[in-house]
Amino acid sequence: MSIDIDTARRVAHLARIAVAEDDLPRLAGELSGIVSFMEQLNEVDVEGVEPMTSVTPMRLARREDVVTDGNIQKQILSNAPDAREGFFAVPKVVE
Amino acid sequence: MSGLNELTIAAARDALRKGEVTSADLTEACIAAIDGAGALNAFVHKTPEIARERARAADERLKADDKAPAMCGIPVGIKDLFCTRGVASQAGSRILQGFHPEYESTVSQKLADAGAVMLGKLNMDEFAMGSSNETSCYGNAVNPWRRGNDDTALTPGGSSGGSAAAVAADLCLGATGTDTGGSIRQPAAFAGITGIKPTYGRCSRWGIVAFASSLDQAGPMTRDVRDAAIMLGAMCGHDPKDSTSADLPVPDFEAALTGDIRGRKIGIPREYRMEGMPEEIEKLWAEGTAMMKDAGAEIVDISLPHTKYALPAYYVVAPAEASSNLARYDGVRYGHRAALAQGDGITEMYEKTRAEGFGHEVQRRVMIGTYVLSAGFYDAYYNRARKVRALIKRDFETVFAEGIDAILTPATPSSAFGLGEMANADPIAMYLNDVFTVTVNLAGLPGIAVPAGLDRQGLPLGLQLIGRPWEEGDLLNHAYVLERAAGFVSKPAKWW
Repeated sequence: MSIDIDTARRVAHLARIAVAEDDLPRLAGELSGIVSFMEQLNEVDVEGVEPMTSVTPMRLARREDVVTDGNIQKQILSNAPDAREGFFAVPKVVE
Repeated sequence: MSGLNELTIAAARDALRKGEVTSADLTEACIAAIDGAGALNAFVHKTPEIARERARAADERLKADDKAPAMCGIPVGIKDLFCTRGVASQAGSRILQGFHPEYESTVSQKLADAGAVMLGKLNMDEFAMGSSNETSCYGNAVNPWRRGNDDTALTPGGSSGGSAAAVAADLCLGATGTDTGGSIRQPAAFAGITGIKPTYGRCSRWGIVAFASSLDQAGPMTRDVRDAAIMLGAMCGHDPKDSTSADLPVPDFEAALTGDIRGRKIGIPREYRMEGMPEEIEKLWAEGTAMMKDAGAEIVDISLPHTKYALPAYYVVAPAEASSNLARYDGVRYGHRAALAQGDGITEMYEKTRAEGFGHEVQRRVMIGTYVLSAGFYDAYYNRARKVRALIKRDFETVFAEGIDAILTPATPSSAFGLGEMANADPIAMYLNDVFTVTVNLAGLPGIAVPAGLDRQGLPLGLQLIGRPWEEGDLLNHAYVLERAAGFVSKPAKWW
């Protein structure tokens, strides 16, 4: 299946990556090429095969439900592009 | 003695214990070599102060404790993908510009605990997505190897290109790498060094910037197999902070290097004989097979029928996981945030930040991943790819159950190519670099690349051995036999 310009625009938005309108045809072409490469997978008989969830069979380890970390607000915020009064600052979200 | 920066880890360890050298001497030799190798662009963040401090501490420890770990005092480079406390850790991306982690990755912490000396951070493809180190925000790392007298700059491979270049050019004694589809083994082969990707779960992924979590594994890149065994031992082990980390004891990998593989069964998979494969690779593979046979192993033709589908399955699974992992780069908590225009809201902030911060290949993979996970396509692409992945793993399980001990294949479909040569190629052409290595990640197995010869241009070529899960010691022993038989001792002529 080939990816048209509308699909490329929609995917870019879903991925939250700004793509200029002029660049969409090239992007659609590249994505189409990769998707048609993936379509080789349709040749494989996967009837009755379970999709792999974990490459090594293992039970997920459990731990005690206790607080193990905390009180490190300064470290958490130290790399923020904009931090104010102990919070991450972002543009207005709610109108 | 040659330059101290040219020693193997094993030789340096032994010399340190005999008091013939100090870690400070080794470290100064490496720092000088790094400063003289700007043209390779391998080290992108240098940490000489940290290195000198750790070397001083290592020398004291070696004096006080005759049971100090093997890596104590050994100068190493760390791939930029590993978070290192207080030291830039950008994963080769603009979006992490200025990021100084408040924590240390488990693997780099384990190396530090063992007394290893960190010289700095190594160049790599952005978020480990690439096979030539050309997607890095730092610019290309350059392979110390050249084609005869031709001064064309060649790729050291990727994504661990800086690690490969640094070890091959004697800037450090060993380096960490990571491997999601071949990112340790392909650059190792391109640079004439050894690189092992252990079994998935051997090395903790905690603190390593995530690309595709079900495939990512760290491993060492070293001058030879013994060094790989020593350094791997210091990097792996159970870590409660990574839920996929295996709670298994770490054996003494170096002790597994007996050099005896008599009676072992080596599988030669017929599906790895690709159409259009260069004659030299085919010849090297046949020679490697003969070497294993001469060492007393039994050679068995085997079939891994789903091999052909490994790359397309990988290019569904890896971008899908990447699109999810890279959602965290939103301009809020760390790294780059785009300048906003009047009236821009949070969505514009995300979209502009990610458009500015991610390079072209990363954007493309995030969007492919978004597409294959989106409503209506999830079953057709993502679930189908995961089913094919299960079949690829089953192929390996079948041959191991039939008694195969290790599988011998070429490491790469070519020797190192010129930087920029693939610039106008289809993305798929670049993806083909991983054709022999990617199956190993999909099946979670250990794999090692060993330099085995030179092509007619004078460039190194590698062979790959694939082992049973958790049997890295046995795999390293097979690699050790291959290394000794191949007798690869060539070094790049110094031009930098």
